[in-house]
Amino acid sequence: MTEPTLGGDAPLSPENDRVLQQLQAAVPLTRKDFVSDQEVRWCPGCGDYSILAQTQKVMPDFGYAKENIVFISGIGCSGRLPYYMNTYGFHSIHGRATTLATGLKAARPDLMVWVITGDGDALSIGGNHLLHSMRRNVDIKVVMFNNRIYGLTKGQASPTSEFGKVTKSTPAGTVDNPISPLTIALAAEASLIARSVDTHTEHLQATLDRVGRHKGSVFLEVLQNCNIFNDGAHRDFTDREVREDRMLILEHGRPMIFGKDRDRGIRLAGHQPEIVTLGVDGVTEADLLVHDESDPLIAYMLSRIYWPEFPVPVGVILDVKRPTHDELLSAQLEEAVAKRGVGDLRTLLDGGETWEVTA
Amino acid sequence: MTTPTKERDVPTQELERVTIRFAGDSGDGMQVTGTQFTRTAAVFGNDISTLPDFPAEIRAPAGSLPGVSGFQISFSSSDIHTPGDEPDVLVAMNPAALKANIGDLPPGGALIVNTDAFTGPNLQKVGYGTNPLTDGSLKPFTVFEIPISALNTRALTGLDMTNKQIDLTKNFFALGIMFWLYERSMEPTLQWIDQKFGKRPVIAEANARALKAGYAFGETTEIFHTHYRVAPAHLPPGRYRNITGNEATALGFVVASRKASRPLFYGSYPITPASDILHQLSGYKDFGVTTFQAEDEIAAIGSAIGASYGGALGMTGTSGPGIALKSEAMNLAVMVELPLIVIDVQRAGPSTGMPTKNEQSDLLQVMFGRNGDSPIAVVAPATPGDCFDMAFEAVRIALRSMTPVVYLSDAFLATGSEPWAIPSVDDLPDISVPNRTDRAGFQPYSRDPVTLARPWAVPGTPGLEHRIGGLEKADVTGNVSYDPDNHHRMQLLRVEKIARIANDIAELEVYGPDRGDLLILGWGSTYGAIRSAVERLQAQGRSVAHAHLRHLNPFPRNTGDVVRSYRRVLIPEVNLGQLLLLIRARYLIDAVGYDRVRGKPFRIAEIEEEAIRLLDDPEAPR
Repeated sequence: MTEPTLGGDAPLSPENDRVLQQLQAAVPLTRKDFVSDQEVRWCPGCGDYSILAQTQKVMPDFGYAKENIVFISGIGCSGRLPYYMNTYGFHSIHGRATTLATGLKAARPDLMVWVITGDGDALSIGGNHLLHSMRRNVDIKVVMFNNRIYGLTKGQASPTSEFGKVTKSTPAGTVDNPISPLTIALAAEASLIARSVDTHTEHLQATLDRVGRHKGSVFLEVLQNCNIFNDGAHRDFTDREVREDRMLILEHGRPMIFGKDRDRGIRLAGHQPEIVTLGVDGVTEADLLVHDESDPLIAYMLSRIYWPEFPVPVGVILDVKRPTHDELLSAQLEEAVAKRGVGDLRTLLDGGETWEVTA
Repeated sequence: MTTPTKERDVPTQELERVTIRFAGDSGDGMQVTGTQFTRTAAVFGNDISTLPDFPAEIRAPAGSLPGVSGFQISFSSSDIHTPGDEPDVLVAMNPAALKANIGDLPPGGALIVNTDAFTGPNLQKVGYGTNPLTDGSLKPFTVFEIPISALNTRALTGLDMTNKQIDLTKNFFALGIMFWLYERSMEPTLQWIDQKFGKRPVIAEANARALKAGYAFGETTEIFHTHYRVAPAHLPPGRYRNITGNEATALGFVVASRKASRPLFYGSYPITPASDILHQLSGYKDFGVTTFQAEDEIAAIGSAIGASYGGALGMTGTSGPGIALKSEAMNLAVMVELPLIVIDVQRAGPSTGMPTKNEQSDLLQVMFGRNGDSPIAVVAPATPGDCFDMAFEAVRIALRSMTPVVYLSDAFLATGSEPWAIPSVDDLPDISVPNRTDRAGFQPYSRDPVTLARPWAVPGTPGLEHRIGGLEKADVTGNVSYDPDNHHRMQLLRVEKIARIANDIAELEVYGPDRGDLLILGWGSTYGAIRSAVERLQAQGRSVAHAHLRHLNPFPRNTGDVVRSYRRVLIPEVNLGQLLLLIRARYLIDAVGYDRVRGKPFRIAEIEEEAIRLLDDPEAPR
């Protein structure tokens, strides 16, 4: 009997298969290759359209064949995205996409696995799984659409809804404090943590590009507008007219500067960040905090500052290297085979004490 | 051999079958003692059946009733099916063990007690007003009073050990006595001690000395006048080993994975009494087995579904409370029609119930405990050894029909053991199914005309990119569909797919006459008690047959014919009538239940009595 193997073997002779692969490799994939034949059914004006478009755009950049990419989602408006990607896709159950992704990645380390989720799906019903997928450094890319509301169920408060928010389920205002997704990701030890904005298409593309190239557990929060149930959730700092003044675009190794005129920055006063203006009171770029994606303490500070006290940090907040879950699992299997050889069924069944009964 | 030379001539009596129960504090090593006796009897060639019975508390207060741990073994020179209704010999290491177990010892039964533990405080702790050793209450029994602790301490004199450590070895002294009494070799246990404690020579020496001292005590003391011999059983020829249900389950799945040419992925969350399957499978990495201890029951099944989606043999295992948590994901597997194995090692419910105690009360839960009409295949092993066969069968069905399969074991099967004829690997069939690779005409929800299985198109296969999920699928294309007629059709297809499994499984076998006065129909771990009762009834000339369902959904095709061929049908279950409900509903027969949920397996005698009641009074009320 042969060893168990996986993967799709094309029904071609090895020679033809090789030729086919060469031909395919010669023709680079484009955005269109990743557009499925399904009609997109989000509400007109939804931020999800932009996220889908940027995702399709960056997908050819990673050098993965379509068939080696899988999108897994949970329940919520975001959960529909896999239907629109012309890759393998699995629309699972509420909150559990990360669990399927964990098993899939363990069984199939060769695949590139994306998890599409929302603030309710990831942080409420799926909170436990999200934590554990990140602490294990499962090599999956969790993209969380944060619109601070339950959209698909028509407008209830979510774990990121602001305190006191009046919704259908909280007519007197929610008494629950919102949680910070990025701080949670840090505490759970995700190895790449980032934030971007649905309408900030260039930034979103660049961030998705980093996400796609990272090996390990990714948590990307995309601030997304639900124009039906929570219109303008992020408007105060994402609108075109104000965003340069109210968002801090992070660049590794660069001082934290923001503002239309690039004249303001973040400086540490003791252990507290403060906003300073370049040129005022002798402040120069040298006084500013320099972003270091490998530093979890800076990442923690960035996860805790937000509009209106501070500009909202966007970009890669943390990027560290750790062995991935599938690498560690595979290594244990390989080690067992190296030590004991490939398991023999007869030896297995005979294991321990046996005795013969003769007729 | 280390058997001491005989110093006195004690007569030997031949016995056909002996049942011993070791009982002590949960820290007294009763499970080890029982297991060692079992190994020895098994290797000797007896037929055996065991019933470990331990508390959920890891270490309940010493000497207390809740802390009593027991291990019953029945060994025989003939074919046996159960660990025995009642012990012939009870070994009680303290007053709590005596109090908890003496009710099961029949008059005339042998009682071996460790007198050193019968102190004032120990007696008080379990509410003995007077010392049962002296108040005459043990008169109906043959009592052997042995100061086990003191004798054992003396035997270990000179070893560098604390009193507490010395006390921990007294179970081996007791075991030594039993080995002498039943003419058993100490060699297998001495080897085991060597392996287990080899790195701690003092502990190894102490346990070995305790065992030999107990044996020598039996040899020299005047209190035993006989020892007993139970000859090897005439089992069918072959190579045997002793095996528990959980061990057989794990082995069955590993072999099935190889015979299916798919690596096994086991996602699980610790839960009694299923955890041993996780422990065991985690040691089979050289067989390509990946085990994943998930953060909860839901993640465990989610990961298994993910692995199956990727083309592996995805499995998860749990007990009833875990099934409750997994239900939504089981339904996802039903909807996306992926192979998946869900092991349920049942225990006493509802809720947390009695986690270490036996029950077979999850049948309706796995049949119906999901939203929507959600058909799922269900199999159930009947004996510890049968766990291997049914594990293999579960995988065969899951792959052939692209469906989740529930494998219903229980606490009795999981921890009980019996001799197992080791199957020949080469005789087991290849159960592999191919992945779909052909792009021409590919549709995610097209179906095999025979089994109605949909194609398994795993990620990584060029040209077959498609999307699946929990939303209703359009027939053939698998696209999301809210079409009313399509939904009705898909519901029927899912039901039909499971029903067709019946075309491909063994028919229900009947032990006894094809038709007659009474059929006793069972499933799961009640097999042994039912079969033994039926053997006794048949020996009395009664017209009684036994049939045991190992496929619960779908039932074997001839089930209706079988149950309609007898005047009465009796269905004994360790639940309140779950199979009974299914059989009555499905076949419209007036079957009668016999239900006892005491956390224990049935005794043979109670089934026998109930059968006689029905046979003698055809109008007997239920």
